[in-house]
Amino acid sequence: MTTPNPLTNTISGNRGLQIEEPLIFEMDAPGRSGVDLPAVPQHKERLGGLKRKSEVGLPGLGESQVVRHYTKLSQKNYAIDMSVYPLGSCTMKHNPRLNEKIARLNGIADLHPMQPVSTVQGALEVIDTLAHWLKTLTGMPAVAMSPAAGAHGELCGMLTIRAAHLAKGNARKRILVPESAHGTNPATAASIGYEVDPVPADDRGRVDLAAFKAKLGPDVAGTMITNPNTCGLFENDIIDIADAVHGAGGYFYCDGANFNAIVGRVRPGDLGVDAMHINLHKTFSTPHGGGGPGAGPVVLSEALAPYAPLPYVTHGKNGFDLVEQDDSGKAFGRLKGFHGQMGMFTRALSYILSHGADGLRQVSGDAVLNANYLQASLRGDLSAAFPGTCMHEALFNDDFLEGTNVTTLDFAKAMIDEGYHPMTMYFPLVVHGALLMEPTETESKTDLDRYIEVVQGLARRAKGGDATYFQGAPYHTPRRRLDETLAARQPILRWKPEQAKKAAE
Amino acid sequence: MRYLPLTEADRQAMLAKIGAPSVESLYADVPNGALQKAPIAGLSNHMAEMEVERFIGAMARKNIGTNEAPSFLGAGAYRHHVPASVDHLIQRGEFLTSYTPYQPEVAQGTLQYLFEFQTQVALLTGMDVANASMYDGATSTTEAVAMANRVTRRKKAILSGGLHPHYREVVETHGRHTGFETVSAPLDATGKEDLAKLLGPDASCVVVQNPSFFGHVHDLKALADAVHAAGALLIVVVTEIVSLGLITPPGEMGADIVTAEGQSIGNPLGFGGPYVGLFAAREKFLRQMPGRLVGQTADVDGRRGWVLTLSTREQHIRREKATSNICTNSGLCALAFTIHMSLLGESGLNHLARLNHANASVLADRLAGLPGVKLINDSFFNEFTLQLPKPAIGVVEELAKRRILGGVPVARLVKDKAAENLLLVAATELTTEAEMDALESGLKEVLK
Amino acid sequence: MSGIRFAKDHEWVKVEGDIATVGISPYAQEQLGDVVFVDLPAIGKKVEKGKELAVVESVKAASEVYAPVSGEVVGVNEALGDAPGTVNEDALGKGWFAKVKMSNKAELDALMDEAAYKTFCEGLH
Repeated sequence: MTTPNPLTNTISGNRGLQIEEPLIFEMDAPGRSGVDLPAVPQHKERLGGLKRKSEVGLPGLGESQVVRHYTKLSQKNYAIDMSVYPLGSCTMKHNPRLNEKIARLNGIADLHPMQPVSTVQGALEVIDTLAHWLKTLTGMPAVAMSPAAGAHGELCGMLTIRAAHLAKGNARKRILVPESAHGTNPATAASIGYEVDPVPADDRGRVDLAAFKAKLGPDVAGTMITNPNTCGLFENDIIDIADAVHGAGGYFYCDGANFNAIVGRVRPGDLGVDAMHINLHKTFSTPHGGGGPGAGPVVLSEALAPYAPLPYVTHGKNGFDLVEQDDSGKAFGRLKGFHGQMGMFTRALSYILSHGADGLRQVSGDAVLNANYLQASLRGDLSAAFPGTCMHEALFNDDFLEGTNVTTLDFAKAMIDEGYHPMTMYFPLVVHGALLMEPTETESKTDLDRYIEVVQGLARRAKGGDATYFQGAPYHTPRRRLDETLAARQPILRWKPEQAKKAAE
Repeated sequence: MRYLPLTEADRQAMLAKIGAPSVESLYADVPNGALQKAPIAGLSNHMAEMEVERFIGAMARKNIGTNEAPSFLGAGAYRHHVPASVDHLIQRGEFLTSYTPYQPEVAQGTLQYLFEFQTQVALLTGMDVANASMYDGATSTTEAVAMANRVTRRKKAILSGGLHPHYREVVETHGRHTGFETVSAPLDATGKEDLAKLLGPDASCVVVQNPSFFGHVHDLKALADAVHAAGALLIVVVTEIVSLGLITPPGEMGADIVTAEGQSIGNPLGFGGPYVGLFAAREKFLRQMPGRLVGQTADVDGRRGWVLTLSTREQHIRREKATSNICTNSGLCALAFTIHMSLLGESGLNHLARLNHANASVLADRLAGLPGVKLINDSFFNEFTLQLPKPAIGVVEELAKRRILGGVPVARLVKDKAAENLLLVAATELTTEAEMDALESGLKEVLK
Repeated sequence: MSGIRFAKDHEWVKVEGDIATVGISPYAQEQLGDVVFVDLPAIGKKVEKGKELAVVESVKAASEVYAPVSGEVVGVNEALGDAPGTVNEDALGKGWFAKVKMSNKAELDALMDEAAYKTFCEGLH
């Protein structure tokens, strides 16, 4: 008699706390609901003859089933609440729960955006107070609060630049974008009709200043540069770059994704920046929520401020006013419904007030310290992409894996088995097999040391010739490597009733 | 500081390992003069948790929330009851504090709920496929227009006069700056516009809202036929998603793309955001869709699992050729939507929708009986338009003084003399008889 | 003129009369990995040598396929719609993309023959 393999062979397919969970649509009992509602009063029906005749097709479940279903799903996720989440350029820092409490206060969460302004003075004060902090921290005179995320902020900033050029009679044609840029930069510039002109990086991982200057001309509308850049380095020629683009009559858009490295220590306004978005869900700790929502306010220089989008808050005679319609004719327009991501504003303000000017300075200092400690500790085992110290994230290339038959991807998957979310991989594109690690300031030294030991151990194992182990990883996750080719070749993007019938047959 | 775990001893030990004399020395690349030597002036220092609560709490108390006063505001944002379990579940750290599911083996939870979300949105709208969310209804609508332009290779969008003015402005803004034309029909308070006559061989799409901004419920089949005959796409916008529990879905009336605001399900009013944009389309347009998509697949052991798929449409791969620049979307709001919708189920959603319609219908009859007040709508779901005998903005201000949030004056959103006396009034399942009494008597007094 | 010819961007051409059948080389499909989608041109489309003819996608990349010759698209390989993997399995045969009616056969002279292309690929490593 053979004993089934206890590692894989349970009757249910479950493995202890790893519980298999069907789709919500596969748990249906018609007529059941997890919500009780009052009786429907007598009324005259006025649906214009368009009463729905078909069923929606939603499954019926009780509350206990729904709570269990989503609890079990949550247990298949990795999260900052569990451990180090070293995704470079994503700033996965601790999300204080005070922020959640503040965002849910009565008088904030229950405000309708179209209430009379006299009834929402406190809400406008929240926006105005946050705006004051963002302007002061960046040394910029104005801020557009409505963008919903980083990429939306980029769009806002670039439209402001375009409007400023148009006011002078010519939108111009080209935007200079470094090759190391986040994909949203070229996507944004192209989406509003600009030609993206890539600028190479030099061998120090920074913008090649000579190449940059050579590309400037009267048709250049501006440049989009991330600083600190996606290699985790401060662009030390940044003021020359700003001067050069201004000299050519263009504007300097700064991608503020990496603001966490410099918050409280460097004001982008002092570097010649004309517009910069701030990801509240990075630097200011609003939760990533599995991919959103975010918020991307854009600080603006004096030259661009008049073209900022609607709406905006002003100080009026009777308190705060909200300008929702443009009388000057300069605002470039409107970017989204209502007034912006208020729920993110309250969370970010709660974070900012908790730290204060002194604490935010400590935030950037500790973030940079942690990244450099990581880089220094891993130096002997991994291959740093560039010499010298880094800012808030450490970038490695895959030289250390040469000849091992282990790829960056395999290495990342093995980290998962060790209980860590992998770093950002294969980005930035300017570094071969890139591994980009951003520990953030909310990691303790003890947790970092443990993480470092694991990465070192894996690097040594890879060099020791255990390629098959890496190629099969991960082994201990709810699912092992997933077939992305199958998903893309035969897209199944929703559940269908026919699938259920087929499964039952 | 409570969120910063490094001790001074840690910092010294780490600097020693790095071989750097100080944290400041790590900022050597910052140009001279740009590095601040002390905390930035003019800002307060750190606060204790209780101090922050006190500080922002004081701001919150200056507002009149919809939980404290009878409220009848809609216009694209609706006050609905959110079951307690929704807010509990979305605050589980594994959902709240996880990133975009780029590593599928440790993000099956997020990926599966997004797959459920996509399915729910497709079912509700009567469409083939839906994406994993956009920022909000307005930006979703703009993306739909851009997509219609790509599909038809035309550059002219026709916008209904019954489209939410913010949605119209967002589309117009994009049109102005990205090089497509918009033709906006005049404001359509009565719901009688004829959009088909604006069609020509150069139109990429017609954008129509149902129920309209003014509340009218339209049969769109004839319009869909006319749009298709002209080689254009029909984009249907839904700002009150609960309506689809009771009204024929756009997919059954010929829509090619449906965009919607999903706030009503699972998400608080929150002064306008974050909300969740829904985006659904016919399968044949799949490759032109914006945003993330989750697809079903199998792992190496043959077990069903989920991954982000068709990513070559997106900015992180396609860069300047991407279908959209969107990256972060509304993940957690989509989760709230999914959980609330799962709790409701078929019967719960239908009940909820009927309750909304019934309360609005009862309220409309009561208000239409007031002297000088006229109900504009023959049809509506949970929101209708009243013509008042005087400007609505002043009336709403007067009501607010009586702590009644009496609706949304159309003039708040559009500068149009013809709209000055129009008031949008919404009722939901939360609207009580006592609140209806308050509005009825308040309005009577103010209009005297 | 007979045999197969290659462009620097890794497209191949086989000629019959004035019709050129175009695909991507085995080297190109290997670099891409599993092909998941091919965006084919519309029949009747006028293409110019060196300009975009089609787009070929793998899971993590999308690449333009450039027309190795100018002319009009007179046929496309519809079978790739359901089976894009054919590009990986039989790049030089059943994995063809489009048939182009050439407007300038002299353009073929600039393309490499099989041996020259092989040397060219080795230089790329």
